[in-house]
Amino acid sequence: MNEEISPTPNRRDFLKTTAIVAGITVAPGVLLYGVSQAKSPDDQTITAKKRWGMLIDTNKCVQGCNECVNACITEHGISENVRPDITSQWIRKVGLRDKQTGKEYSLPLFCQHCEHPPCVDVCPTGASFKRVDGIVLVDKHICIGCRYCMMACPYKARSFVHETLKNQKPHSPRGKGTVEACTFCVHRIDKGQSPACVAACQKSGHKAMLFGDIKDPNSEISKKLSHVSSTALRPDMRLNPGIRYQGL
Amino acid sequence: MRNITYRGIEGNTSSFYSIVAISSFFILLGLFAAYQMEHHGHVITGMDNQIVWGIPHVFAIFLILAASGVLNVASISSVFRKTFYHPLARLSALLAITLLVGGLCVLVLDLGRPDRLIVAMTSYNFKSIFAWNIFLYNGFMLVCAIYLWFMMERRMQRYYPTAGLIAFIWRLILTTGTGSIFGFLMAREAYNTAIMAPLFIALSLSLGLAVFLLVLLTDCWRLQCPLGDKVLHRPKTLLGVFVATVFYFVLVYHLSHLYITGRHGIEYFTLATGGVYTVLFWGGYIFLGTILPLLLLYHERFTHSCLSIMAASMLTMLGGFALLYVIIIGGQAYPLNIFPGMIVTSSSFFDGVSQHPYTPSGWEFMLGFSGIAIFVLLTMLAVKILPFLPSSLADTDLDPELID
Repeated sequence: MNEEISPTPNRRDFLKTTAIVAGITVAPGVLLYGVSQAKSPDDQTITAKKRWGMLIDTNKCVQGCNECVNACITEHGISENVRPDITSQWIRKVGLRDKQTGKEYSLPLFCQHCEHPPCVDVCPTGASFKRVDGIVLVDKHICIGCRYCMMACPYKARSFVHETLKNQKPHSPRGKGTVEACTFCVHRIDKGQSPACVAACQKSGHKAMLFGDIKDPNSEISKKLSHVSSTALRPDMRLNPGIRYQGL
Repeated sequence: MRNITYRGIEGNTSSFYSIVAISSFFILLGLFAAYQMEHHGHVITGMDNQIVWGIPHVFAIFLILAASGVLNVASISSVFRKTFYHPLARLSALLAITLLVGGLCVLVLDLGRPDRLIVAMTSYNFKSIFAWNIFLYNGFMLVCAIYLWFMMERRMQRYYPTAGLIAFIWRLILTTGTGSIFGFLMAREAYNTAIMAPLFIALSLSLGLAVFLLVLLTDCWRLQCPLGDKVLHRPKTLLGVFVATVFYFVLVYHLSHLYITGRHGIEYFTLATGGVYTVLFWGGYIFLGTILPLLLLYHERFTHSCLSIMAASMLTMLGGFALLYVIIIGGQAYPLNIFPGMIVTSSSFFDGVSQHPYTPSGWEFMLGFSGIAIFVLLTMLAVKILPFLPSSLADTDLDPELID
């Protein structure tokens, strides 16, 4: 039986095939877009109406006390401690003496969570980013480990993971070959808790670290900031850090 | 106008195979070093949380600067219409591509996560000069490739000056971008100055021409290709001008820093107390990389010798490398001033030390030299496959019309 084969497909078949191919091509994208845009209950609390900040009273910060540093190490599982020059230090204690007056100070130094963070400006991939509530973070999935943010940070607040990590904490993922810094204990903040260093300082009785929403005029930190004099580190750079120091 | 004939090189010679074998060996060493750094982490290198960019970055930026500078020979011929340089234009554009590939390979393999190169190619933060540089570097290779094609394809010859102009403008923007990587770092006293961009442009010109002259002289010597004094005279004089230009920008950079009281610390460090950085600045850059090349290029006693031009080119490269080492690593070795007006009495993170130490590891050198090896291997293979070199550069063979 001779069946005549049409040299061109008919219009209905053509449209049907096109629709199927287009559907197959676009559907996963639509699905993935939906997944990427999905928000967890925690995300609902992240709003630009808040800006997390901290006030550190250098008069209460005790020289030799390392409670905040130890709490950070425990909280984030920073267990590698081979060489001090390569070990990650998200927070460190610094002792200072005024050149003119000789007055001594002690203070914790960590990511200052700037309003205009240079690390975010220079990051080529956008791995360094600022959350709408002011927390500066590193997306470990797209950090390529170029370390340009470390060159740009005026506070030397960032560390590069130089070696293979062990015993990581699920709430604070880290990655060899990527850059990291203080996350403000974002996992705790999103649960309504204060950062581990602040909790440790409170527990030790020194109460040198006050954490809260600096955009809320009724928060304890805002009330205190409105009547005590405080300063940012390197205010000349106009980065407007979220961390303020009292008594410096 | 006399036609210029070009040639490839003979591949079946022991010297060709030796160069290919040696450069391949160094590339393998570099790949092995990159694997080790990936496997163990950067703990095996001399870099740490204070000196975050080490000697691989010096090699990479050296090669990238030389890449943009080496194209100048072609630009002088097509943009500034100095047809005297025309026979050398093909080689110049080729070297621009191969040098850049070498530099970028080092840069990428030193990343903490080189396996995420695709992320760097797909996820951009356009406020970052680094992200812009990714476009500028890739674009430069494409522009140079098109430029080469137009030069070599007879039908495209009429578009060749336009391609040359685009390549020239592109290279200026590219080196401005490379200099701005440092110029935009406001936190560090050694950087944070707009002069970084023109300084890097000037440095690229001197390094590029030095590499070009070295390749040309080596090639002509190896292949016994005639090379006339007149052919060498102009680029030689130009190299002297470029070396002096770099010195001018370095001078202005330091004078402006010396004028700003807040930057006296970094100046005192670089010029007097910085140990290896001070030695490299005065001995490496000023004496070996500036005074000696100028003497060799302009003094009546040396100026006519091919050997002195070769030596001057090598010294210019050495001086440029020393200067980059002082800028890139010295700039980090000088501690950040986080607490102006205060003395740091204690810190676990080396705040307030007089200098952050850095000793480059063997792995880093292996990676750095592999960048040079990639440049050599690619260049050798390219000149073997396609006719990049003019058959003769003897004064008698030179078209009189080309001497403008």
